[in-house]
Order: sequence, then C-alpha cells, then structure tokens
Amino acid sequence: MPLSFRVDGREVLALEGDTVLTAVLLAGIRLRESEFGDGPRSGFCLMRACQDCWMWTDHNDRIQACATFVNQGMVLSTRNPELT
Amino acid sequence: MTTIVIVGAGPAGVRAAECLVAAGCRPIILDENDRSGGQIYRRQPPGFVRSAQTLYGTEAAKAEALHRSFDTLAGKVDYRPGTIAWGLHAGVIHTVKAGRVDRIAFDRLILATGATDRIMPVAGWTRPGVFSMGGAQIALKFQGCVPGRRPALVGTGPLLYLLANQYLKAGVTPAGVFDTTPFRRQLRLVGGLAWDPRTLLIGLRYRLELVRWGVPVRCGIDPLAIEGDPAVTGFVYAKSGKRHVIACDGVALGHGLRSETQLAELAGVSFAFDRRTRQWLPQRDEEGRTPLGTVYLAGDGAGIGGADVAEIEGKLAAWALLHDLNAAVDDGERTRALRQLRRAARFRAALDAGFPWPHDIAARLDDGVVVCRCETLTAGELRRVAAEGAPDLGRAKALSRIGMGRCQGRYCGSACAEILSAALGCDIADVGRLRPQAPTKPLHVDDVEASL
Ligand SMILES: Cc1cc2nc3c(=O)[nH]c(=O)nc-3n(C[C@H](O)[C@H](O)[C@H](O)COP(=O)(O)OP(=O)(O)OC[C@H]3O[C@@H](n4cnc5c(N)ncnc54)[C@H](O)[C@@H]3O)c2cc1C
Repeated sequence: MPLSFRVDGREVLALEGDTVLTAVLLAGIRLRESEFGDGPRSGFCLMRACQDCWMWTDHNDRIQACATFVNQGMVLSTRNPELT
Repeated sequence: MTTIVIVGAGPAGVRAAECLVAAGCRPIILDENDRSGGQIYRRQPPGFVRSAQTLYGTEAAKAEALHRSFDTLAGKVDYRPGTIAWGLHAGVIHTVKAGRVDRIAFDRLILATGATDRIMPVAGWTRPGVFSMGGAQIALKFQGCVPGRRPALVGTGPLLYLLANQYLKAGVTPAGVFDTTPFRRQLRLVGGLAWDPRTLLIGLRYRLELVRWGVPVRCGIDPLAIEGDPAVTGFVYAKSGKRHVIACDGVALGHGLRSETQLAELAGVSFAFDRRTRQWLPQRDEEGRTPLGTVYLAGDGAGIGGADVAEIEGKLAAWALLHDLNAAVDDGERTRALRQLRRAARFRAALDAGFPWPHDIAARLDDGVVVCRCETLTAGELRRVAAEGAPDLGRAKALSRIGMGRCQGRYCGSACAEILSAALGCDIADVGRLRPQAPTKPLHVDDVEASL
C-alpha cells in the first residue's frame, strides 16, 4: 500500500513495510547531514548498532531510520531538536 | 522460582530457550529486534511474501526450522522483542523498550548477543551509498533493496561471495568483489575440507557463479578510496603496485565480524586476547560457563563461530545452566553436541586462516582517513595521541574521544587498536581494548534519569 510522510518538511513516498531509511534513500541519496560538517550520510549498519541514521519525530522522540517502519503521515526531522 | 534471562533471539538464543522450556523453565528473552531469528535468519516484515528459499538460499531449511521452533515456544517463554539490554550490574539487567526502562533481577543469564561487521576504514567510507557488508545484506533480506545498481563488495570473508551471489539472484550484477586477502592465502580454506565439505563446496559454487556472470573478483587488493560527490561513483584500489579505479554506485564494506561483548564485560567476565582473530574475547568453558557461575555465553557474541555453531552453543549453554541447577540433562545429546562443536572449531580455524582480518592495512592508512564515523576522528589524530604518549586504547580514548561516540567503538574499535599498535610499535595485545560503559546503546537522557 502506498504511503506518504514528511522529512524536514518535504514529502516522501513509501510502501507499507518500508523502513524510513529505505523510503528516504529510494527518493534520494542522502538520509541526513553529519553533525561534524563532513557531508551527508546514508546510515551504515542497518542493524541498530552504528547509530548513524538518527531522526526525530514531531514529539521530539529519537528514532533509528533503519529500524522504524513508515507510518502514513508521520513527520520527521533530521535535526536534533535539542540542538536547535 | 529461578529467573533465567536470555539476551538475543538469534540461533543461539532460540536454541537455548528451547532447551530450557523442555526442562520446564520459563525464560525471559530480551531481543532488540522486533522479530526472532537474529542476523542470518532475520525475518522479513509482516506482509512481505518472499519464500524462505529466496531469503535464505542454501540455509532455507535451517531458517525455517529455527523460526518454527521459536514459534512453538509462544506462551512458554516471556519474550520481549524490541527490548534493549543496555546495562548489567550486580545481578540486575537494565532494559529499555520503546522509551520505557525496566530492570530484571536474574538468577541465571545467557548472553547470546551475536556480532556486528568488523570494519577496516578506507577514505570515503562515510559517503552516502556505503554500507556495512551485513547492512547491505539486511537491506536485501529485510527490504529487497540494493545499494545502487552496480555495487562493489569490498573487504574480506565468506560474506562477500555470499552477498555477491544473492545480488545476482536478485537480478543485480555487482561491479566486482574486491577481497583484501590474496588468493594464495585463501587456499588455506582447503584445510577445512575434512571438517565441513558442504560449506566449502557452497563457497566454491559461489565463486564459479561469479566467473560465469563475468563479475570481476580481485584478491589481494589494497583499498585506497571510495570516490563520490557526494554519492559513490567509484572505488579505487591498488593491486600488485598498480592503481585501479572501478565505477560503482554503492559499496558494501566488511572484513569479517566482531563479537558483541559489552554485556559480558559489564557482567565482569574476564577477557583474553585471541591471537588468531586479533580480538578480545570473554572467557568461558566449552559449554559456555563463565567463572562468574551465573552467566553463560553462546553464539557469535562469545567468539565468531557461525550460525550452526551458534545453535549448538545455545543448547550447550542451556544444558550447562540446567546441570548447574541440578536438573537432569541428557548426556548423550550433550556429548554429541560437543563433538559437533569440536568439528566446527576445526573448520572455523581454516576459515579464519583463509580470510584473515587485514590488520596490516591500518599502518598504511593516510592520516586524513576518518576512523570514527560517529565523531569524524581520523587516523592522524589517533597517531598524534600515540606520539603524545598514550600507551593504550584506554588513554587514547580519554585524549581523543575515540570510541566515545554513539556506536561506542563498535565500528572503529578494531581499526583503532591496529593503528595505535602500529604507531607505538608495540604488540597488539598491549594496547588493550575499549571498555564498554552502560548504557551500551545510547538512551534518551530522560530514560536514564527515570531508571536511577
Ligand atoms: C548483518 C549480519 C549478516 C549476517 N549474514 C550471514 C549470512 O548470510 N550467512 C551466515 O552464515 N552468517 C551470517 N552472519 C553471521 C551470523 O550472524 C551468525 O553466524 C549467526 O546469526 C549467529 O547467531 P547468534 O545467535 O550468535 O547471533 P545473532 O543471530 O546475531 O543474534 C543476536 C541477537 O541478539 C540481539 N541483541 C544483541 N545485543 C542485544 C542487547 N544488548 N539487547 C537486546 N538484544 C540484543 C540482536 O538484536 C540479535 O537479534 C551475519 C552476521 C551479521 C552481523
């Protein structure tokens, strides 16, 4: 089933069963920017170990994009709300 | 009643649980994944309908058997999926599930925590489109995705050849397999023929299949860089002194596996340096007992043995635990399992000899190469703290923050040890290891405060 959700305000399309990481990377090459200014990242281990795919929900909950399934209408940010 | 906790629902944890249930126990099973199966037998999300044959190939029957076994335990175990065990102190294990912390006082604990990829960094490995070898395989098994249309597989170990074949089956022709181990060295795999001919033949078939499809296989390469702007466009390597560039749009990178040993360390299990794999491993007897008396170890988390070994070790650990609680254990089955384990150990020795961790690369890494992807610390920084007098990894960590990032050294630890020992000119065992701290996976500050 097709779904849509938002990342940093932009709409991303997905299918049911897609992880956030899968959906975002199918739509473009980057998942998020490195906090250390060395460019974009796309996650790495996909098994919840490297912690390189963090995103935040509109309730400021941190998620791992590799292990979170897309829900219709979910709103995500790639920036840590505690730092902005 | 005796509280028994198992951490991990992969092959080792599932078999341990099964034996405990057969003896009338009701273990608590904690697993970070949402479904059982662990890494190799990872299940696809609900609603995905690919066959076991498609997902697990030659290991389909084993995968199905393991899943079936676990499913029949429903109601007989206290299974807590999606739960991270992040701390362990004085007989209490600390967990978090969906932001809610909990603690469990246990009488006996089986750690079956599995492994993660072992990585030797290469310039450009933080670029989008580069994934760990295991991660690239998870993308395929769990999501039916491939990094790019022509991915390069870089590193060493059987997983390179397996994944390249899985790609071919999925209709993707890899740009090539680039193995740091020279072919000559890989001939040592033949030493395993007597102990597990089936696995060796499968490996041989994978190679032939790559040849048949015209996929380049280059062995004995020195990885130089993953290029891109910012997405991956090519992989640069040296072979026999010559520089080569191969076009690709994704990279799977991995040099074998490393054990997830943090909980064993927090429990107070003693560690010893294993020269063959150049890793620090928790000490246990053949059946998984640790000197602590209450903690048992099984599967890849205690030393890389592979999935079949993990199943055997899971059973042995459960039987050892039951025996120690004065419960009856079938000695015939136990003896048979021990015999299988010894056979498998001989095979593993050949596998480790044929696909060694390419530790010598560390000394050649340019100073600018990022080693810690969490905080973008470089090989040069590590060498600088070595020059300033850091005698071991513990001190280097304090001076440089290496290993203090979010992944807690899981992805940089092996390389850091090699870079430091090369810079100091000392034996690898003398640089020690990065000590884990609770929480072993990052928690929200709120979670930690709530649990104090
Ligand atoms: C990504 C990946 C892919 C692999 N693919 C293959 C393959 O195709 N073929 C092959 O032969 N071998 C493969 N291996 C090796 C294979 O994983 C092992 O041989 C086998 O799965 C080991 O079984 P195990 O039970 O010891 O651990 P695992 O199967 O790794 O299971 C460990 C489980 O413990 C959980 N866990 C770990 N720590 C915690 C914690 N602190 N709290 C809660 N839960 C925790 C993990 O989430 C996991 O579910 C792979 C390894 C990895 C890392």
